[in-house]
Amino acid sequence: MIIKILGSGCKKCVTLGENALAAAKAAGKKAEIVEVTDFAQIAGYGVMSTPGLVIDEKLLSSGKVLTVQEIERLL
Amino acid sequence: MSGFFGWLNDQLLRMEWLSDLVAYLLAATGLDVATPIGSSIHFFVYDVIKIFILLSVLIFAISWVQSYFPPERTRRILGGYSGIGANIVGALLGTLTPFCSCSSIPLFIGFTAAGLPLGVTFSFLISSPLVDLASMILIASIFSWPIALTYIGVGLVLAVAGGTLIGKAGMENQVESFVYTVPVHDGEAALSRAERFRYARDQVTEIIHRVWPYILVGVGVGALIHNWIPETTITALLGQDKWWSVLVATVVGIPMYADIFGTLPIAEALVGKGVGLGTVLAFMMAVTALSLPSIIMLKRVIKMPLLILFLGIVTTGIIVIGYIFNSITHLF
Repeated sequence: MIIKILGSGCKKCVTLGENALAAAKAAGKKAEIVEVTDFAQIAGYGVMSTPGLVIDEKLLSSGKVLTVQEIERLL
Repeated sequence: MSGFFGWLNDQLLRMEWLSDLVAYLLAATGLDVATPIGSSIHFFVYDVIKIFILLSVLIFAISWVQSYFPPERTRRILGGYSGIGANIVGALLGTLTPFCSCSSIPLFIGFTAAGLPLGVTFSFLISSPLVDLASMILIASIFSWPIALTYIGVGLVLAVAGGTLIGKAGMENQVESFVYTVPVHDGEAALSRAERFRYARDQVTEIIHRVWPYILVGVGVGALIHNWIPETTITALLGQDKWWSVLVATVVGIPMYADIFGTLPIAEALVGKGVGLGTVLAFMMAVTALSLPSIIMLKRVIKMPLLILFLGIVTTGIIVIGYIFNSITHLF
């Protein structure tokens, strides 16, 4: 699956990406991280506050860094 | 009672103890703070430490409040108002949002896509970088409370008036069409207390990390003006008796990208050199409200006529505020 991290490449975005990757691994799924930094594209997902988490083109969260457990529950 | 509050203000906000401490430590190393070099170093060390302490405390407190107003909620609140009331609420909510004009663009898209009137969104957009609680307290610390409250007051008036004018101009067709097709999500993350704490703490590290170079440069320039540039040079260029002073300050300030926190030490030094309060306020407002990066980003979501209208209204507003302040400086 494709995990998209929406954000300016800030520390929070990196943490969110790592957590998402860890969650995917725990769920036994192969995942690829894509960083979306262009704000027009970010806004295209309806996100107003970063970082945002999009998995397989579905927006799962915005404005907060989810923990590994929280992402696992969303997967 | 006022003596006690005065003491609290001097020690907590103006941090006179820190000024004394830095002077004492410099004297201990053999540096005389009465010399230009000693005085510059004192200004630099004292201002840098003071701004970083105030900034950390303020960002933490404000981020905590802000965590109760995520953009989705702000948008919903704004949707419940109409007419000038919506502009006023938009300007007020703008005081609670992030410190950088760059973060305003995703909000602009989100608000407009959800059908908020353009004028209301612009009231929010003008107020958001221009006035916030952190800058109010910092201005109070460096200048005084009357100046801080007046700055917030005129900033809000500019946001409400500017947004109202833009709303009246009927330029909805001057927004790039993709903005209207953006999906609107209303899901709002509910945060626990621990998450709010984490959010506020992260905001402190992130913002300090982003703004520290601007603060160092700002304080450095301030220290330079403070002790090395003769007062006659400054007043010849920006003196109160020069009719162009506000214009120059505004035009120089607009393209500059800096946080209000980096601008304040420069403003402080300029006022110390006899530059009019209105001129300095115009400079601070121009630097924070508009910047080249934010204009370039705005250009991607709105078309030229609307961009020019926005720039024109804000610039004119800042210049008018500057001249009004210069003519009533004696009141402060």
